[in-house]
Amino acid sequence: MEIGLTHYLTVAALLFALGIFGIFVNRKNVIIILMSVELMLLAVNINLVAFSTALGDMVGQVFAMFVLTVAAAEAAIGLAILVVYYRNRGSIEVEDIHLMKG
Amino acid sequence: MYHAILFLPLIACVIAGFFGRWIGDRGAQLVTSGAVVTSALLSMVAFNQVALGHAPLTVPLFDWIVSGDFAVSWAIRVDTLTAVMLVVVNGVSALVHIYSIGYMSHDLHIPRFQAYLSLFTFAMLMLVTADNFLQLFFGWEGVGLASYLLIGFWYHKPSANAAAIKAFLVNRVGDFGFALGIAAIFFVFGTVSYDEVFAAAPEQVGKNFEFLGQNLDVLTTICILLFIGAMGKSAQLGLHTWLPDAMEGPTPVSALIHAATMVTAGVFMVVRCSPLFEYSPTALMVVTFVGASTAFFAATIGLVQNDIKRVIAYSTCSQLGYMFFAAGVGAYGAAMFHLFTHAFFKALLFLGAGSVIHAMSDEQDMRNMGGIYKFIPLTYILMWIGSLALAGVPFFAGYYSKDMIIEAAYAAGSGMGQYAFVLGIAAAFMTAFYSWRLLFMTFHGESRATEEVLSHVHESPKVMTVPLIILAAGAIGAGFLFSGSFIGDGRAEFWGNAIFVLGDHDIIEAAHHVPLWVKVLPIFMGASGIGLAWWFYIRRPDIPGAIANAHREAYLFLLNKWYFDELYDMIFVRPAKRLGYFLWKDGDGRVIDGFGPDGISAAVQGLTRRVVRLQSGYIYHYAFAMLIGVAALASWFIAGGGGH
Amino acid sequence: MIVQALIFYLLAATVVVSGVMVISARNPVHSVLFLILAFFNSAGLFILMGAEFLAMILVIVYVGAVAVLFLFVVMMLDVNYVQLREGFLQYLPIGGLIGFILLIELLLVLGSTGVTVEGATASALAAPTPPVDVTNTEAIGALLYTKYVYLFQAAGMVLLVAMIGAIVLTHRTRPGVRRQVISEQIGRRREDGVELKKIQPGQGT
Repeated sequence: MEIGLTHYLTVAALLFALGIFGIFVNRKNVIIILMSVELMLLAVNINLVAFSTALGDMVGQVFAMFVLTVAAAEAAIGLAILVVYYRNRGSIEVEDIHLMKG
Repeated sequence: MYHAILFLPLIACVIAGFFGRWIGDRGAQLVTSGAVVTSALLSMVAFNQVALGHAPLTVPLFDWIVSGDFAVSWAIRVDTLTAVMLVVVNGVSALVHIYSIGYMSHDLHIPRFQAYLSLFTFAMLMLVTADNFLQLFFGWEGVGLASYLLIGFWYHKPSANAAAIKAFLVNRVGDFGFALGIAAIFFVFGTVSYDEVFAAAPEQVGKNFEFLGQNLDVLTTICILLFIGAMGKSAQLGLHTWLPDAMEGPTPVSALIHAATMVTAGVFMVVRCSPLFEYSPTALMVVTFVGASTAFFAATIGLVQNDIKRVIAYSTCSQLGYMFFAAGVGAYGAAMFHLFTHAFFKALLFLGAGSVIHAMSDEQDMRNMGGIYKFIPLTYILMWIGSLALAGVPFFAGYYSKDMIIEAAYAAGSGMGQYAFVLGIAAAFMTAFYSWRLLFMTFHGESRATEEVLSHVHESPKVMTVPLIILAAGAIGAGFLFSGSFIGDGRAEFWGNAIFVLGDHDIIEAAHHVPLWVKVLPIFMGASGIGLAWWFYIRRPDIPGAIANAHREAYLFLLNKWYFDELYDMIFVRPAKRLGYFLWKDGDGRVIDGFGPDGISAAVQGLTRRVVRLQSGYIYHYAFAMLIGVAALASWFIAGGGGH
Repeated sequence: MIVQALIFYLLAATVVVSGVMVISARNPVHSVLFLILAFFNSAGLFILMGAEFLAMILVIVYVGAVAVLFLFVVMMLDVNYVQLREGFLQYLPIGGLIGFILLIELLLVLGSTGVTVEGATASALAAPTPPVDVTNTEAIGALLYTKYVYLFQAAGMVLLVAMIGAIVLTHRTRPGVRRQVISEQIGRRREDGVELKKIQPGQGT
């Protein structure tokens, strides 16, 4: 059967939903959250490239590259924060992070 | 001169009241006493000029209210009626001021006391020199205020505070009627100035007006409303409950306010409005009835009271009744004459009682006195003089005025007049009885006081006894000196236009021609009263107790003041308290606070407590919430909402 | 074409399964490894689509740098080998529901509007050729360094800032480490360094 645009978009949608699901379902540690974010960004990338190919416009891929760049930067900073947080708190359990409790 | 008479007491009050701390106790006493004594001396000059010299005058001061048709101004009106009152008020006030120097010498708040006394004097003077009803009302309220302040002078005592409020509230009921009366006067006459109202009175005879669906005679309504005010101020039957409790105040206060001056303001007002009352026979009947009933009623209670001041207080109430029924039968001159003489001997009795209390180390219950006439002979003699005057023994002051009233009641001929005559005679008997009961229980017999108290019994200092002597002189002499002017042949010239009597109503003339037995009966009643008192309290002191035990309910009925206080408590006080409580707790608390501050704050707190649970601190909760939002938005867009 | 379809389904399935495992694996190291697997497979998907440059970039940058970074951190932090918390099960139904709703909506969007984009046909994807007959890399470069060069520089700035940020955040000053303070060195005066002592001949210092 013909692999069309919709197939790729479906995959991206699934990945995106999985990423979101991972953020609030996980109770283990914060790294899973960061990884879920990466999953979501990956889904977005797939989307962008699929559309770029379908429309024949290169801009989509250029934009996907930028997304990649920013994702990398954000992952680096996120992990740095995590490390410092771990140094100060001694744990990265999600359930222990509730200092902003109202 | 009239400005001085009126305003010296006010200035003294201001100085003593606000600057008492700087001028000290002695300074306050001197300033106030000096001012009022000066005023008193000037009043006597005025009396000489205006009353004896037959030259009434009016001194305008300044305009007060000018609003459309309603124009009121301050003015000092001095005619014979006013001049008489000036002498009475200023004289007694001056003597009381001086007496207080001695009586209150141990008090901590002397400047305040003296200031209040002067304030009262000013208000009373305002009342009697008023030229229009509104100024009268100002003075009326002013004396009510001073009475409240002075009754509650020892404000640390809860009973004194309660008595002060009671006095003010009961007076308020009367003042309500009075204010309605003044409003009715303005409504009918278009003015509140005495001259204009009195001149226009004859035109209003027989006219009616509509009120609450009733067709009422104009003048009768006005007069009855005004009389209600007088009932409150002068403690007549129905609005009398405050007078005995007013004895919580210091004795000089009782002498000044509740014997000689404030309570007589009602009588003064009725006599002043004689041009109105004369045209309303119904109102006069009401006045007579209430006055006579009060005279009788108060005398019965005075028979069994044990507190020395209360006996004298009920005596005052009773004598005021006399004055009112005298005015009611048309003998205004006699009423004023009795007011005049009564001021002297009643103030004398009160201050004398104060002297006794002072001597007995603040003991007021007669059951704990007795046998002290040897220790305080001067006070003893002076009390005798006062009682003789009160009982109407010939040649003392009371004889002339009281007898004239009783004769006038007889001469009135009407049913109400007869009623007043009978009650007046009965009250005369009881007056003599309880006055001598007081004397015997206080001064004679085996002493029932403790050793401790007896050892301290001493005569009062001169600053207290000299005023007493002056009052005694008045109690003796005021009668035969002035009877000719007040109620005798010189009365028409004396009163001039101050009192108005309809031509065929000259009661006093008729009263001079009553049968001999009517003239003698009061003397006989007085003598038998004295005799019975001697029998009960000197000869056979066991009888009173036996009678009291034999007729227990009657005794308690009288002792508890005919249960008026209990009656009023049940009818007015308790429902009012319940209403107030209900309005406070439910009305204010539940409804207003519930929907207002408390309710809103409680609702806010409840709401926030629920909302706070959203702020859990967990990021995944927040992310979840965001996700729900995104899903909702997307659903909304897909479902066709918004605009693509 | 059937090979293409087969490969697509294989890659796609693996990506999705890896995604599921990322969020549900017990051991966080396993999670990271599954993430790497997902990246690899999506790189394959990219190649299928004709964006080979991007696929390689994905492998080099994402897998080679970012995922390795994740691995470093996971191994550095003393993460307990914890059991699955009860909360997972408690929130599973409602979370699953919301995620499911979102998915349906995304697919609805695709179903209703995605395919009718102008000029886009299913066949266009089957033969992915850019308008001009150049390699993917050249095509991207032609666009990137001309029209979007400013954005390119900005991206570089972002990376620089991220690098500095990461260093600043995690830098620890160790006490007792001796460093050079140049200004102090230059500002030394003679008196601080040299001390003259009077020595008697024949005796030491």
